[in-house]
Amino acid sequence: MKFPIRLIPDGTNLPFMDWVRIRTPISLALIVLSFALFFTIGVNQGIDFKGGTIIQAHNANGPVDIGKVRGVIDGLNFGDVQIQTTTSNGQTDALIRIALQPGGEEAQQQVVDKVKTALGSGYSLENVEVVGPTVSGELARSGTFAVLFTIAGIMLYIWFRFEWQFGIAAVATLVHDAILTVGFFAVTRIDFDLQSIAAILTIIGYSLNDTVVIFDRIREILRKYKQMPIREVINLATNQSLARTIMTSLTIELALIALFAFGGPVVRSFTAAMIWGIFVATASSIFIGGPILIYFNIRPRMVEAKAEEEAAKATDTTAAGA
Amino acid sequence: MLYFKRWQVIGILLVVLLGFLAVLPNFMSRDTLARWPSFLPKSQMVLGLDLQGGSYLLYQVDRNDYIQKRLKDLTADIRKTLLDNPRIGYTGLGVQGDGVQLRIRDLTQLDDARTRLGKLRNPLDASVLSAGSVYEFDLTVGDDGLVRYTYSQNGLTQRVRQIVQQSIEVINRRINGLGTTEPSIQRQGDDRILVEAPGVGDPTRLKALVGQTAQLEFHMVEGSLTSDQANASPPKPGVTRVPDRSNPQLIYEVDDSALMTGQDLADAQAGFDQTTNEPVVNFRLTTGGAQKFGDVTAKNVGRPFAIILDNQVISAPVIRSPILGGSGQISGGFTVPAANDLAILLRAGSLPAKLTIVEEQTVGASLGADSIRAGIAASIVATVFIAVFMIVCYGILGAFADLALIASNFLMIGILTTLGATLTLPGIAGIVLTMGMAVDANVLIYERMREEAHAGRSTLAALDTGFRRAFGTIIDSHLTALIAAVALFELGSGPVRGFAVTLAIGIISTLFTAYLVTRLIVAGWVRWARPKAVPL
Repeated sequence: MKFPIRLIPDGTNLPFMDWVRIRTPISLALIVLSFALFFTIGVNQGIDFKGGTIIQAHNANGPVDIGKVRGVIDGLNFGDVQIQTTTSNGQTDALIRIALQPGGEEAQQQVVDKVKTALGSGYSLENVEVVGPTVSGELARSGTFAVLFTIAGIMLYIWFRFEWQFGIAAVATLVHDAILTVGFFAVTRIDFDLQSIAAILTIIGYSLNDTVVIFDRIREILRKYKQMPIREVINLATNQSLARTIMTSLTIELALIALFAFGGPVVRSFTAAMIWGIFVATASSIFIGGPILIYFNIRPRMVEAKAEEEAAKATDTTAAGA
Repeated sequence: MLYFKRWQVIGILLVVLLGFLAVLPNFMSRDTLARWPSFLPKSQMVLGLDLQGGSYLLYQVDRNDYIQKRLKDLTADIRKTLLDNPRIGYTGLGVQGDGVQLRIRDLTQLDDARTRLGKLRNPLDASVLSAGSVYEFDLTVGDDGLVRYTYSQNGLTQRVRQIVQQSIEVINRRINGLGTTEPSIQRQGDDRILVEAPGVGDPTRLKALVGQTAQLEFHMVEGSLTSDQANASPPKPGVTRVPDRSNPQLIYEVDDSALMTGQDLADAQAGFDQTTNEPVVNFRLTTGGAQKFGDVTAKNVGRPFAIILDNQVISAPVIRSPILGGSGQISGGFTVPAANDLAILLRAGSLPAKLTIVEEQTVGASLGADSIRAGIAASIVATVFIAVFMIVCYGILGAFADLALIASNFLMIGILTTLGATLTLPGIAGIVLTMGMAVDANVLIYERMREEAHAGRSTLAALDTGFRRAFGTIIDSHLTALIAAVALFELGSGPVRGFAVTLAIGIISTLFTAYLVTRLIVAGWVRWARPKAVPL
């Protein structure tokens, strides 16, 4: 084997544009599935959006007796309660999730006191998180707003840097990725909270990053080979960027896997979503972002005006560098 | 592209060196830092509550509670005003929803009532925006004698802002009285206060100290009854029913007007009763308060008065002799810490309005230590993964990218340290993720170099063009990532913000290291090794 190794052999020329018959149904099916899951079983809304209380109870006198904890908490009649074990620092603790209680902010505060009293002095509350009804509503709103704000910002940016057709193609790609990530949350039942929104936003940013690199290449080829059919241009650009697309995704996935395996339980759900999201974003930038442009009737002259500007800039830098 | 002027080289190296120096203090103890030369950076990264353990408490001013309290005060003021000479007869005075209502009996006195009642509207400082003065209460007086005050919404916004300010001052005094930890207390939005206290194990005491209104009042006792009796009959006008703190079955009927309030206190200290040795709070009154209290007690020898804290009677001692010295004692079956805390609360003054906790997070210290260990482990493993991967795929150039990655890490952490940013676990995730993205610029450059070399360019030209051609794409890809980071920051509650900040700073430092530092290294390498081919 030659060193350094090539993951993508030189001169790779895969017929991406010919795979429309496989690609489109898969992608559409996944979107429909994500929507269906979202509207049927929905995502498992976390405490940030739903409000409620999470308590990690630690037994000072040995391992936690989950049956006893369950019995004690059930006796308090909090309605929807989930109890599971969690391991940190080599100790097994009980993780108690209690739904938002009726009766405003104060009712939530009483939950913690009641649990503490009911569990008795042998138990200490290691980690307590309470989100009241006011804040949870606000977080849900600002989360939605942040996603919309990002998409709008990105559209503007692409429009400014490229042409509006590219902007729409990029947004279509990242909406696809966002929907599939929500689908991921619906399937895995991972808590959908503020961290999940953060994951989606990061994935959107990354998806765009990937797509933009391919768009850059499409534009460059359009300038260079004015007679080349757009279909071939897109295919060539995708192939030429393929090594970079795969390499970058792999390095990020490596970082995420390290985080998933060693980063502890707090960031695990975030990392899991990111691992999936980066995978989807990579696939979609290869199979959707570029190919979708074929429906927009891109012509070389469209990039001409901006191309000249950039060419002028490039000559300047060359002159300065020489 | 591969040629640098001397000042450029020095500039780049200087930035990297500064980054390194800014990171250093994080690895040193405070003692070492104290002996650190003064021109070197000294700040250390602040660990978030999720890493060092502690409590995050978000309080909100309870507007309704405040309005109700003010309406009750207003009711008492109205009664006093109308009973003044000449007396104006009225019926049905009471709080109704968000207002106070009453009816003037004698319609001939209506004009007099209008002027007298108008004075109770309580003008607030005229704000910059509205030219006319803003009143706390809106007043309507109907020709049929129906009078209604409502709490003005305009006035409310302004009041809430003042309340937050005053509350922050009071909380600061209370916590300084505690004297152990150093929590941060900040205004958040219009009506919220964020209290972050590192290291407090159980936040119960902190919550009691911060959130308790601590409104102290002395009232004359008119009588007492059981809660069953209280349920059976409504209170007489002019008296309020207040439950006993230790025995909720016991209800006191106290006179509406307070003999004195917490504002009349000059000092309060925890101590012990000299005869029973029970923990008590000794208080001293201000000169004015002492005089007032002396007068009242002289007039009411033999009658009980109630010491009321936040609508609960702590104790109801009988006045045995006039209390003229201006000092006294509150006893009520306290434990020593409870007496201590009450003294702190009384010294610091009462909160102007009730504060409710709308969000709370408490992380145990051991859990935080766990998270730090996990974060460091993940960072190291990620760095090793990426470094090996880059060398495997790009050989010596990959090693250069790794050097740039290390420089980027130093820069990123250095900037975070200098800015005084708080490191949270999501922040660490941001750092790890940025490492993955950091080499992206290198990947773009190297792939470009390969292509140029395959297109038949000379080694030097291929290396040079690789940097030049990749630049536009690098800018594009970094700017889009930055847009996402800004959106994340806007989304902004604590930990997510930490993630956004590290991501944004990481993107900027990555841009610098991948483009300039790598290029500098490659330029040096070209000069020294004179490569015959692009080693990719």
